[in-house]
Amino acid sequence: MAKLRGAVVIDIERCKGCELCTIVCPSNVLAMHENVNNKGYHYSYMANPEACTGCTNCAEVCPDTVITVYRIKVPS
Amino acid sequence: MREIKLMKGNEAIAEAFIRAGVDAYFGYPITPQSEVIEYLMYEEPHKRTGMVVLQAESEIAAINMVYGAACTGKKVVTSSSSPGISLMQEGISYIAGSEVPCVLVNVVRGGPGLGTIQPSQADYFQSTKGGGHGDYHLIVIAPSSVQEMVDFVPLAFDLAFKYRNPVIIQSDGVIGQMMEKVELFEQMPRMTNEEIKQKYDDWALTGRTKGREHNIITSLDLVSERQEKFNLKLKEKYDRVEAEEVRYEKIMCDDADYIFVAYGSSSRICQKSVKLAREAGIKVGLFRPITLYPFPFNEIKQMVPHLKGILTVEMSLGQMVYDVKAAVEYRILVEHYGRVGGMIPTPEAIVDALKTKIIGD
Amino acid sequence: MAEIKLEDIIKEENKVFSKTSLFTEKPLSYCPGCGHGVAHRLVLEAIEEMGIVENVIGVAPVGCSVLAYEFMNIDMAEAPHGRATALATGIKRVYPEKFVFTYQGDGDLAAIGTGETIHTCNRGENITIVFINNGIYGMTGGQMAPTTIPKMKTSTSPYGRQVDMMGHPLKMTEIVAQLPGTCFVARHAVHTPALVRKAKKAIRTAFEYQKAKKGTSFVEIVSNCNSGWKMTPIQAIKWLEENMLPFYELGTLKEIGLD
Repeated sequence: MAKLRGAVVIDIERCKGCELCTIVCPSNVLAMHENVNNKGYHYSYMANPEACTGCTNCAEVCPDTVITVYRIKVPS
Repeated sequence: MREIKLMKGNEAIAEAFIRAGVDAYFGYPITPQSEVIEYLMYEEPHKRTGMVVLQAESEIAAINMVYGAACTGKKVVTSSSSPGISLMQEGISYIAGSEVPCVLVNVVRGGPGLGTIQPSQADYFQSTKGGGHGDYHLIVIAPSSVQEMVDFVPLAFDLAFKYRNPVIIQSDGVIGQMMEKVELFEQMPRMTNEEIKQKYDDWALTGRTKGREHNIITSLDLVSERQEKFNLKLKEKYDRVEAEEVRYEKIMCDDADYIFVAYGSSSRICQKSVKLAREAGIKVGLFRPITLYPFPFNEIKQMVPHLKGILTVEMSLGQMVYDVKAAVEYRILVEHYGRVGGMIPTPEAIVDALKTKIIGD
Repeated sequence: MAEIKLEDIIKEENKVFSKTSLFTEKPLSYCPGCGHGVAHRLVLEAIEEMGIVENVIGVAPVGCSVLAYEFMNIDMAEAPHGRATALATGIKRVYPEKFVFTYQGDGDLAAIGTGETIHTCNRGENITIVFINNGIYGMTGGQMAPTTIPKMKTSTSPYGRQVDMMGHPLKMTEIVAQLPGTCFVARHAVHTPALVRKAKKAIRTAFEYQKAKKGTSFVEIVSNCNSGWKMTPIQAIKWLEENMLPFYELGTLKEIGLD
């Protein structure tokens, strides 16, 4: 069965550090970075990029639509 | 040949809306002007011109329906009377504050509060000095006959769109309720959506088509520097209005020692007073402001050198009188006479007031 | 199996979720974690998917979303507080073929705008009303709103809403569902992915009802207000689930059918 691999790109400067994406990720990919963006918010980032399946949960709940999601099928 | 009819003021102005190519009317019943919407509902103008007519749940809703429709560049109008116009003040301020053209009609009745349903002119301050919040002006035109109720509709829309500003036709219960012979102008075509898009695409809300940014109509700006610039831009507009749009009528003023200054139905009564006074050997004329804003300050000022005094006649406790005093810079006597509470002054009483308050014999 | 590098995944053709072009460039002014941002997106995505950007006109309220027109790249008007549905009525009446929607908060729609809301729905104006209910006046700093639930603390009910003194919260969605003029009335939320997907479907359905000229379509979004509720976004959505949702039940209250 083909495996799904995904990745997200976060618009770091527009992330407001609300953390809502981190709690909806089924694979615990996202966490808040220790660095802050130009507004002083800790931004979300892929702490475990390999676990991402590109399911778009994070992007769906992101209030500022800063998450772009990519997904590919990987032949097992 | 223009069609001649005997019509009540309220019905004549409603017919004028249809003939002026108005796109929509939103209103609410209130004496003494309910005939406007009654006539429109009876006439079913959507069949004649496609004009929309809708009765709202309140004057607040009505003025905001006007606001919305006018945001699209359509010709939109409402009518009401004093208490209803009070309810519309916030909407009017928004409309002026976002430079949207529309026309209102105020068939003034006695106040304050529920007041009375008989005629009055006690809304002068409200309309000319801004009844809503913030620095803005309504262009205010005062008809004094059923004919002018009709003729001022196209004029009001021309001014509204020329300056992208609300315009109010300030009538009163006398003119609204009385019947007079009136010549009705020919039907003007309504603008098509394409014409509106073509003419007003830089501001009107018609849908963001390719090749233009989205149009936003708002009166809000949280950045003071920008809001100040906007306020000053409005000031420039009002300066232009004051310089170019003053309208008035002078009757027998050339040789006059005294004049009545009166508008609307009061000015009609004063025409008789002029005759009576002249018969009694008093050379008096009538100066009738047609635009209450912009007020004819200069035109009155220029008459001061050969005048001994001015009596303003308004159905109120005296409001326009202060503008006339300002016009003459207090260099000659200016006094007010008026009946209130819906009472209408008689020509004779006006002459007596001239004698006692101005001539002083 | 060759190690898959991120660059292999992050390619234009692999994109499965991206920001709709109907957002403007302006960053949203909403507080971190506020549901307005998601609701804006769902409205814009519905407009984009239906291909009606050239024929849609929105009306923003007074409240946190008063600046909606700065974020939505469509023609919009900003209405006096409570009067958005009246503006929308005016617009729709003179442009029946345009799509018209209002986007309002609970104070705007269910307090000062109650009259307009009820009469617009009762006339069955063929518009879509998007109603964000966070049980508080957010923009002005967290005062009690008509939808503030019993015992809920706000800056004007600091000891909790006492219904005997301050009256009961108003379920406007249930009210408009009973009005003959409404054709589709639903209540949704946007704090979980599943709920967001359902809310998006509902908003899209609302616009489809408008397209079919069935009357007033009305979608309430129960949302959070982190600043007003004085909670973190994560705390707020937990509180919302435990307190708001039992009071404001989600679901479709009315759908007369699109056929």
